Amino acid sequence: MRGIISFGGYVPYRRLDRSAIAAVMGRGGGRGTRSVASYDEDTTTMGVEAARLALRSSGVEPRALWFATADPAYLEKTNATAIHAALRLDSSTGALDFGGAVRSGVGALRTALASGGPTLVVAADIRGGLPTGADEANGGDGAAAFLVGGEGDGPVVAELLGAASATEEFVDRWRQPGSASTGQWEERFGETRYGPLAAQAWKEALGSAGIGAEDVDVAVLTGAHGRAVKRVSGQLGVARVADDLAGAVGNTGTAHPGLLLANELEQAEPGQIIAVVVLADGVEVLILRTTEALAAYEPALPVADQVANGAEVSYATFLQWREMIRVQPPNRPEPTRPSSSAAARAQDWKYGFVGSRGTESGTLHLPPARVSIRPEDELDEMAPAPMADVGATVVTFTIDRLVYSVSPPVVFAVVDFDGGGRLPVELTDVDPDSVRIGQRVEMTFRRLYEAEGIINYFWKARPARSSSGQ
Amino acid sequence: MASHGIKDQVAIIGMGCTQFREHWDKGTDDLLIDASSDAFASAGVAKEDVDAFWLGTASSGMSGLTLSQPLKLEGKPVTRVENFCATGSEALRQASYAVASGAYDMAMAIGVEKIKDSGYQGLNAPPAPHDGTKRNLTAAAMYSLVLPAYAARYGVDEDELRMVVAKIAEKNHRNGALNPLAQFRREMPAEKICEMASVAGRLSVFDCSGVADGSAAAIVVRAEDAHKYCDDPLYIKALSFVSGTGGGLIDPDYDYTTFPECDMAGADAYRQAGIEDPRSALAMAEVHDCFTPTEMVLMEDLGFCERGTAWKEVLAGTFERNGDMPINTDGGLKAFGHPVGASGLRMHYECWLQLRGKAGDDRQIDLSTRNLGLVHNLGGYPGEMVSFVSILGPELG
Repeated sequence: MRGIISFGGYVPYRRLDRSAIAAVMGRGGGRGTRSVASYDEDTTTMGVEAARLALRSSGVEPRALWFATADPAYLEKTNATAIHAALRLDSSTGALDFGGAVRSGVGALRTALASGGPTLVVAADIRGGLPTGADEANGGDGAAAFLVGGEGDGPVVAELLGAASATEEFVDRWRQPGSASTGQWEERFGETRYGPLAAQAWKEALGSAGIGAEDVDVAVLTGAHGRAVKRVSGQLGVARVADDLAGAVGNTGTAHPGLLLANELEQAEPGQIIAVVVLADGVEVLILRTTEALAAYEPALPVADQVANGAEVSYATFLQWREMIRVQPPNRPEPTRPSSSAAARAQDWKYGFVGSRGTESGTLHLPPARVSIRPEDELDEMAPAPMADVGATVVTFTIDRLVYSVSPPVVFAVVDFDGGGRLPVELTDVDPDSVRIGQRVEMTFRRLYEAEGIINYFWKARPARSSSGQ
Repeated sequence: MASHGIKDQVAIIGMGCTQFREHWDKGTDDLLIDASSDAFASAGVAKEDVDAFWLGTASSGMSGLTLSQPLKLEGKPVTRVENFCATGSEALRQASYAVASGAYDMAMAIGVEKIKDSGYQGLNAPPAPHDGTKRNLTAAAMYSLVLPAYAARYGVDEDELRMVVAKIAEKNHRNGALNPLAQFRREMPAEKICEMASVAGRLSVFDCSGVADGSAAAIVVRAEDAHKYCDDPLYIKALSFVSGTGGGLIDPDYDYTTFPECDMAGADAYRQAGIEDPRSALAMAEVHDCFTPTEMVLMEDLGFCERGTAWKEVLAGTFERNGDMPINTDGGLKAFGHPVGASGLRMHYECWLQLRGKAGDDRQIDLSTRNLGLVHNLGGYPGEMVSFVSILGPELG
């Protein structure tokens, strides 16, 4: 039976306290916090982080990569290729975007479950809206990744028992490309559409799985329409509806079904039935059953740990990061766009963070070099050294208040990698006052800047969040 | 294979230097014309007498045309050189070798930088096309790494060390205040510098070199011809240059308390000049004080004091103009200003004045026991830099 082989959810480090919105604007906001992608994150980089976590728990090599988001970093150009490069997947592995709609996240997962071969499904989203609006407060940023395949590909931890769709054309939420906010029709109208569609899909999915609602241990229920989700929640007839992470993370849109499912799988026992019900321009339902393999499954960094390990971002900084307000940049030249041909030559280094090691000396070179700094290594006698998942320690650091940055100051550290090797590298997800010598860090894939519409992706280090960095 | 040097084969017979400052009313052409005219007059020669030219500029122009067009040099070879902040010294090095080889009788080295037309603060060179993975950090921040590293290695209190490097700025400002060509003519107490806001690590703006426009030039001939032009030429005793591997950036053994490229360039220069103990041989040194911690580390790399002791010598006043080992008597990059391509030649200009006793009563150092001078000029960052060292003296032998 086809199902989920491994999975990972990603919640960015920063949190906006919703009460901070009304404190500044006089209205808006609410209780709790929402997750906030850093200024150097986009849906592609968050997708990389989720996918890295998913692949870390499995030795299975994906044969396809599908990426879904309602906030793509690029149009025209495929975003999944950057994720593909960061994961160092084989060039024969396809990489496709499922574009634009919130429904594409669960849609990609469902399609992968009906497809063949090990397929890595990644969904990510950055959710927001105009200041004081409900989307600004209730949205969240995050990503989720699932490696989907059959028993022949690897141990399946949750198998698909059944699924159903219900589709209807109605305009409930909409957004033009490039627009900062999403329009919404009067909520009561959408509620009248979603209710019957959910009932129809729910019934059909249960029937295809050959089970009744009472057999479902937990329903992962989410969607773009809050009132409809609440109403459907009472109508499913299941033992439990999963925590929707609204209080701490918010609704991560395209990524949310996956993020909630990953969170449930991380807490589930073998033999449990988990239903995924997603309301977005219709309804998608998946019925999954966890297998005995789940008992031996070790999540690389559970969602709950990431939810618990966050730090506040001020509302002013949040507005700046989301480009709702522009601040005076330093009087320094803006960075220039990276050369496409130079970046392509350096793909393994730039996207995969692969250095090289002298075959005789073992000395690590970052970036990779053909000629070693150690004389005992002959020309071109260097072996690739993948370093993305190697932890490191801060040797010394400095704070640069002069250099150009979207969000100054730049915190920069010299870090030594476990097992040898050094790099001077920018730190992120860090408060300048908290950096210290000896601090453990790990590498994270980020967007350094954008110039002439080209996004410059590369790696930074962040204080260790996962076990590999500890 | 060896670095033989050209000790006593080449002499400087004339030099010129513009004021270093924000020259809003002068362009690159004006600065080149002013500095070269000073040098021609100083040597008592005309532009037609000079056989070949080496122009150093980091980013104020490309090719020899940057010099031959404003000076209207007819039928002369002009080579533009660039070697980061050591560009000016590199021009002198090439001109000296050309004369020593016998290819030309007389050559000019001239450096220029017109920085203040960029509209931005600080030094900003346009990058070559790149893959986007180069680190994004100012030079100030890279050099700020020296302070905590030095404090840790030698057990110096970080606050005390911060004051030590501020004293270096204080000294260079004191020297600059007496120098009519310097960018900053105001003294600046170390305590005040320590109170300023940090811009990179613990460094304030006053720990950084002055950003200025300027130009400086030297005319060189073979040593045996020097007295045809000049009663008191300055002889070149050594010229060394080391371009690093960049290994310091990735070598876990590198600890940011030394600049190996400078150490190596100094050792080579001492060999060329036949100097065993620089501290007892040298009357002065002009060193590359791009940031205050740089000057401190250079005192050790160039062998002016034992490792781990430079900070004490700074406090003891060793490097003051009237101290045992005068450093940056003209104000250095700190107070004289740092027009990248001109700075190396400006350092030589100070040796030209001091070692020939022409610095003026209020600035002249004591030459009664020693009469050699050293110029150190670097470009780049801790871990990846180029370094130049020359040694000069007013006497042959």
